[in-house]
Amino acid sequence: MASIAVTSAPARTRTATSLRQWIGLLYVLPAVAFVVVFFVVPLGMTAWMSLNNWPLMGEHSFVGLDNYVAILRDTRFWNALKFTFYYTVVVTIAIFAVAFPLAIFIERPRPLTNLYRTAFFMPAVVGFASASLLWSWLLNVDSGLFSPAAYDLGLTAKKVNLLATFQPAFWSIIAMVVWKVAGFTMIILMTGLQSIPQDLQEAAVIDGAGPFARFRAITLPLMRRTLALALILSVAGSILAFDQFYIILRGGPRNQTLTAVYWIFNQSFVSFKLGYGAALSMVLLVILVALSLIQLWLLRKPEGLD
Amino acid sequence: MAEAMSQNRKAAFSLARHSTGIIASVLFLAPIVWTVLSTFKPAQEARQPPLPPWPTTGFSIENYETLNSFGDGLWASAQNSIYVSVMTVLLSVLVSVLAGYGFSRFRFPFRDFFFVLILSTIMIPFQSILTPIFLVLTRLGLHNTLTGLICVYVTLQLPFSIFMMRNAFDAVPREIEEAARMDGANNVTMLIKVMLPLVWPGVITIALFAFLGAWNEFLAALVLMTDQSKFTLPVMMTALQSGRFGAIDWGAVQAGVTVMMVPCLILFLALQRFYIRGLMAGAVK
Repeated sequence: MASIAVTSAPARTRTATSLRQWIGLLYVLPAVAFVVVFFVVPLGMTAWMSLNNWPLMGEHSFVGLDNYVAILRDTRFWNALKFTFYYTVVVTIAIFAVAFPLAIFIERPRPLTNLYRTAFFMPAVVGFASASLLWSWLLNVDSGLFSPAAYDLGLTAKKVNLLATFQPAFWSIIAMVVWKVAGFTMIILMTGLQSIPQDLQEAAVIDGAGPFARFRAITLPLMRRTLALALILSVAGSILAFDQFYIILRGGPRNQTLTAVYWIFNQSFVSFKLGYGAALSMVLLVILVALSLIQLWLLRKPEGLD
Repeated sequence: MAEAMSQNRKAAFSLARHSTGIIASVLFLAPIVWTVLSTFKPAQEARQPPLPPWPTTGFSIENYETLNSFGDGLWASAQNSIYVSVMTVLLSVLVSVLAGYGFSRFRFPFRDFFFVLILSTIMIPFQSILTPIFLVLTRLGLHNTLTGLICVYVTLQLPFSIFMMRNAFDAVPREIEEAARMDGANNVTMLIKVMLPLVWPGVITIALFAFLGAWNEFLAALVLMTDQSKFTLPVMMTALQSGRFGAIDWGAVQAGVTVMMVPCLILFLALQRFYIRGLMAGAVK
């Protein structure tokens, strides 16, 4: 459109056209202002603060890389990071183990499919904080559901406090997160399944391929991008986990379930070591940006196809 | 004979499918239903394990009343949450509709740079820049205000909603605009009268995501709102559940969780089409 204006109109119109285009800047200005003030500036500040000793009150002082050196010796942070990765791997496997069968179950329109899909998805629209509060009640030893029910059914000799030791507490969180997130992952996987041409599957059936062979040779390769997306969303979300560990476990028992974000929160807003918190944040940020770059690479269009 | 066999197999398949569907549905819905039913027990009964989940000693709304007696009360936090969520919706819709239109219809210097800048913020976890956000808000005099929290929530919504809106505007044929321009419409009338009705589904989608995002957000609200009168529902309920107001009243916790969940569930059920659409847009691109 712009080029037509240039060739068919005198120079005066050309200036008018480009002036008209400048108006676009006004339209995007509010958005840019928000992003600069509340994102770009804080991001730059994080980098700067990480090089300073920065208490909540009083003057901050430049300390160079001291905060980063301190991180190397901060075994509690590395334990938190280790726990975060462990949690991420376990919960991602668990989510996929539930979400993939559900996606296959609701993929094709059959009677009542929409109703089932809605039911599976309901927990996903509830917030993480609400879900955590809900489960902290269900998991409570005296007033909750699971321990008293197990006791009443005679499965346990006395009421077991599920949140008192690491293993049951950890797996309770996994159960809660799978309940909350599986529906979401299911929808994403469903879009991938639906994008596979039906005639491809039918041709494979005619060629005598069994369901397992079809799944491996057709479904999985053609779903590569969707799988990568669901995987990255789950991994990134889990690495940033905070709400459920803060609300249900308070990082316990014995600080064994402190996640990376939880540790940064403690350093920054409980101990008020803002500079050190910023340096920890930079480490987290690098991990997440690296993940995003992997994501972009995994989601690239296959060669020759566009 | 063979036909009867296949009829039987079909019926068996259908039966297996529906039993699986029903059992899985019950598993996913049970915690929600269990909680909502339990809130209507009298306080005494709500302290006991929820077996059965429905009230056995009479229907009561005592739990909701107790909830209102903690600190500034549930209603104050609910008002904060409603205000923050509604303002986040209005502001993020306004900003993203303008930006989406600008990015879609104009060619100005640095256009692609600004677009990539906004979109790339999605790569960086906001959890890692919370401390400076806190300092920026203090500098702007927005420390511990709901306005400050709204600004943060709007910024977090922008990458998704501007992406959605730009695509929505891109899908509108240019002929429509040119016809309107012939009729003498200027940029603003064009946007409001001609374009907005055509991108309406996109607007509902981003409004829905903005509401759910703001209503459910926890960490930023926990860090940025230090005054109890400014607490949103998740922060208030967590304070209550942690025993900050004395012994934990589980009946009140259930009631609070219900108040937090129900708006999300109703909005989702009413606007499901738009929600899935938003998910797909995010998933396919």
